[in-house]
Amino acid sequence: MFETLILMLDATMRVSTPLILAALAGLYSERAGIVDIGLEGKILGSAFAAAAGAAVFGSAWIGLCLGILASVSLAMIHGFACITHRGDHIVSGVAINTIVAGLTVTLSMYWFGMGGQTPALSGDARFLDITFPFADALQDVPVIGAIYSNLLSGHNILVYLAFAMVPLTYWVVYKTRFGLRLRAVGENPHAVDTAGISVAFIRYRALIVCGILCGLAGAYLSTAHNAGFLKDMSAGKGYMALAALIFGKWRPVPVLLACLLFGFLDAVAVRMQGVEIPGIGQVPVQAIEVLPYVLTVLLLAGFIGKAVGPKAIGRPYVKERA
Amino acid sequence: MPYAIELRDISKRFGAVQANKDICLQVPAGTIHGIIGENGAGKSTLMSIIYGFYEADTGHIEVDGKRVEIRNSQDAITAGIGMVHQHFMLVDTFSVLENVILGAEGGALLKGGVAAARVELQRLANEYSLDIDVDAIVEELPVGLQQRVEILKALYRGARILILDEPTGVLTPQEADHLFRILKALKDQGVTILLITHKLREIMASTDNVSVMRQGEMVAHRETAHTSKEELAELMVGKKVRLTVDKDDAKPQDVLLSAQNLSQFDSQGVKRLKNVSLTLRAGEILGIAGVSGNGQSELLNVLSGITPMDEGEIHFAGQVINAKSPRDAAQMRDLKMAHVPEDRHKMGLVTGFEAYEAAVLGYHNSLAYNGKILMNRKAMLDECNERMAAWDVRPPNPHLKTANFSGGNQQKIVIAREVEQNPEVLLIGQPTRGVDIGAIENIHEQIVKLRDAGKGILLVSVELDEIMALSDRIVVMFDGAVVGELDAKDADERTLGLMMANAHNKEQEGEEQEGVSA
Amino acid sequence: MSQAKVPAWVNLALIPFLNVFLAFLVSGLVILAIGENPLEAAGYLIYGAFGYDEGIGYTLYYATNLIFTGLAVSVAFKGGLFNIGGEGQAYIGGLGVGLICLSLDNTMPLYVIAPLAILGAAAFGAAWGYIPGYLQARRGSHIVITTIMFNFIASSLMVYLIVNWLKEDGRMAPNSRTFEENAWLPYLHEVLSPLGIDIGSSPLNLAFIWALLCCVFVWGLIWHTRWGYQLRTLGTNPTAARYAGIDTAKVTIWAMLISGGLAGFVGLNEIMGVNHSLLLNFTAGYGFAGIAVALMGRNHPIGIILAAILFGALYQGGAELAFEIPSITPEIVVVIQGLVILFSGALEHMLKDRIEGFFIRKAVA
Repeated sequence: MFETLILMLDATMRVSTPLILAALAGLYSERAGIVDIGLEGKILGSAFAAAAGAAVFGSAWIGLCLGILASVSLAMIHGFACITHRGDHIVSGVAINTIVAGLTVTLSMYWFGMGGQTPALSGDARFLDITFPFADALQDVPVIGAIYSNLLSGHNILVYLAFAMVPLTYWVVYKTRFGLRLRAVGENPHAVDTAGISVAFIRYRALIVCGILCGLAGAYLSTAHNAGFLKDMSAGKGYMALAALIFGKWRPVPVLLACLLFGFLDAVAVRMQGVEIPGIGQVPVQAIEVLPYVLTVLLLAGFIGKAVGPKAIGRPYVKERA
Repeated sequence: MPYAIELRDISKRFGAVQANKDICLQVPAGTIHGIIGENGAGKSTLMSIIYGFYEADTGHIEVDGKRVEIRNSQDAITAGIGMVHQHFMLVDTFSVLENVILGAEGGALLKGGVAAARVELQRLANEYSLDIDVDAIVEELPVGLQQRVEILKALYRGARILILDEPTGVLTPQEADHLFRILKALKDQGVTILLITHKLREIMASTDNVSVMRQGEMVAHRETAHTSKEELAELMVGKKVRLTVDKDDAKPQDVLLSAQNLSQFDSQGVKRLKNVSLTLRAGEILGIAGVSGNGQSELLNVLSGITPMDEGEIHFAGQVINAKSPRDAAQMRDLKMAHVPEDRHKMGLVTGFEAYEAAVLGYHNSLAYNGKILMNRKAMLDECNERMAAWDVRPPNPHLKTANFSGGNQQKIVIAREVEQNPEVLLIGQPTRGVDIGAIENIHEQIVKLRDAGKGILLVSVELDEIMALSDRIVVMFDGAVVGELDAKDADERTLGLMMANAHNKEQEGEEQEGVSA
Repeated sequence: MSQAKVPAWVNLALIPFLNVFLAFLVSGLVILAIGENPLEAAGYLIYGAFGYDEGIGYTLYYATNLIFTGLAVSVAFKGGLFNIGGEGQAYIGGLGVGLICLSLDNTMPLYVIAPLAILGAAAFGAAWGYIPGYLQARRGSHIVITTIMFNFIASSLMVYLIVNWLKEDGRMAPNSRTFEENAWLPYLHEVLSPLGIDIGSSPLNLAFIWALLCCVFVWGLIWHTRWGYQLRTLGTNPTAARYAGIDTAKVTIWAMLISGGLAGFVGLNEIMGVNHSLLLNFTAGYGFAGIAVALMGRNHPIGIILAAILFGALYQGGAELAFEIPSITPEIVVVIQGLVILFSGALEHMLKDRIEGFFIRKAVA
């Protein structure tokens, strides 16, 4: 039983990683007042660029840089539309998701000609798992050994990075000047403007951070979690991250918990496949898969708590007084 | 000695509108300088130029005798200019401290700046008697204190020139008095103050000099000591002001509408309307006086059925309306209650609609405009044409988008729509807000005409002049409650002013603390 | 402001045209970047879409789906609602069609099944739009997020139902049995051939006619009924709607019902018209494409028909293109779609402000 739990938590960490990165990405964007349903597209774009880069240059790190570059570029398109041209945030997000869905397949066909995939990655072209010191030695210590050696040890660098991003984000958002301005611009951009700060500049910087984090999430998918890019491999993770962001009420630690919950549900779903539960029978996998979305809907409807987002979210900033 | 701030030939054009034209202004240091003008005279545009919100097309600004380039708010702040906006520029969910340091954090990390700000705020608070709890969340503070945060923000940035844009619009007279005491203290410390207002009383009471704007131009500069309300009023409007409306005495008849103990809570559970009772008779104009935001809007919304009441009841057209048996806005219209809302852009019109469509808003279900399934566009157009002619709406084009009419003509479209339905009761809010002077007279005449036809009119206005000129009876509201009622003949500005501050039968002391907060 | 000075054709024709032109320009650059000639590609594309009868048939078949989803998006949009759940509503609408066909195809003739299937598609799609509409109107949920979530919920639900309940016994393929032929919506080429009209065989079926009827319906509903008046008031000024005594919650919910119902008709075309069985993922992104169609068609039925035909042509021509130039995938069409959403939607102000400014200055001068 305990071993099963460790295995499931281990799976939870792996599945949660892209969610955490993408949800934190969304946190920077949405706290600055920019709705970002383009998380999905940025993850997919980065996954492709990272895998393609890693395949061509044989280095996961170069792939990662290219993934981040692709994702940040997409974030800048979003910014150009929403910040500079007062465009609708949702429409822009849909546009980016659609463009990326088409472009990744088109480009991978052109470059690799493998039906929309990139070549399989191996060796340095992938982020490999890191084994903690003494992990082997501690393996057999009861409880602690399993937690240390099997749960905490043995993930790739991006997993640890994702978890480290949570306290870092907390610190940035609540303890720094950038964070103060970021929060202010999502609540009342007029106040920020009259305080002599450029609303656009803060929002662009928030989107750059958002792009970087989505870039990490995408690279994780194609060069760490998997060994290459597959068509539509983001498979709704961006939307689920968005749900986690709302579920965590736009705050770093609750967002982390929401991501872990959703990741855990995914691990459960995999585990439960075909398993008979005494007295209940077989629980359909789909029923568990669908829980994150159902929970988010219930939360938004106020049936389980209340999610109040940043006040100025989604509204373009126009320099006019009402 | 150079002027604290001097404007030279400032002009600004928005599309076809010349908002400011060749504005010159000289403000000596350490004085309070009033800028007065009607709505739309260009005052706010001018101040926005000084504060770097807009850039002037031509002309330049000098501060302490040196020419400064102000392209954005940061430039203005650097030049020592601070501004208290009409709608406060505060982040509601932040603490006072966070609001004050925003944009002047003193480093990439908040820690050091916050500590320094605490000390500095304490000093400012002592020096100018601007006491405030720096850790309070702004949205939980009463309006008067929120304004204080705005002033502190400016002072914290070292402002030597402070612009206040209509600062008393949301304040009670007592809070306003306190504000002016603060401004005097600031002036004694050498701060130069620019006070934008359209209230003559404030200009006369607190300024050293006054400049008058009209239609985008600076038309006069006066020393306050050497001018009078009457002269300023004339300069503002450009012709002899007409503060009275020709009307006979009212002949009130039966009670048309009576409201008993109406109360209403907002979404946060705050009681916005407190046990309001009033009656309205046929053939009278009942004026509701009060400082903006003291429950008048809520009263209009509850009476017209837009928001349901939480307590109390309304007797109207033989029906009893209460929380258990509410009527919505459509049902109230069916009972022949018409409503000209306070804000025609937000509520009274759909500015994206063509005029003939906006002219049936609220009556769109009426048989006159509908066939069995489809709407009768021809009937709508014909009627719109007739009304545009009758009410002299210009241009008389029913297909023009509502947004493209001037304020006065938009208001005529709304009033015509409501009055032509031949209602028993007309609720009318701020009938002449943003309406040019010629149209004001016309609108006032129409209101009186409707009264003389034996209808009941409930008039809400924040313009005391308008209330006194039109009403037969006046009810005063304060903090959501009715605090007094008097015959229009007995009303004067002083009495009403005291009532509006709820100070007519209480000690002045202690009021300040309570204010409108509650 | 002074929109009065901008000629109507600028807003109705010039700006939409330029936005679409920009989208194609960028797509051309993409094709150039992968070493092909965009003009040559455009040639194949146009030929594939319009060059021969079957091509036209396919174009209109794709357009049928896009008209339904485009209308769905635009009805909601007129009420100020961004329904991005067309995908899920179409999917569930197809379930409605499928269930009707599966249960009646052995016993009933087409003229009974077809109207019931229309009702089924509308009812199931509407139900899937109703919940987000209800939650927005009565519980204050954000419709965009809820409809996204409902797309995923629909997807899981369909997998569950098809795999566990509707799959043919003993078969691996996740789809239902094929309907009997009396539950097939007739192909247009079959309907027309007895009349001596030969249009070449294609999946184009009677659902296309239904789509056109829906356009007329939506046009009348939005611009010529009281309900449409209320919807447009709500969409442009919700405060004015409350002032006017409009039951905004009810209008919101009805808008989502109608929107969902329209999206559900995709199932009519796909399930009853072409596939003749209930299967997974038949919506294939039409719900999202509907956003592009509505934006490009400026939320007007005429515009939507034109935009749907253009996109239908891209789908069909894109397939032809991929056949002729193998290095270009049909997904290039998705890129173009995204670019149209970007330029006509997200960047709508970019050209608009400049062009209107130009005309206003010209008028002032």
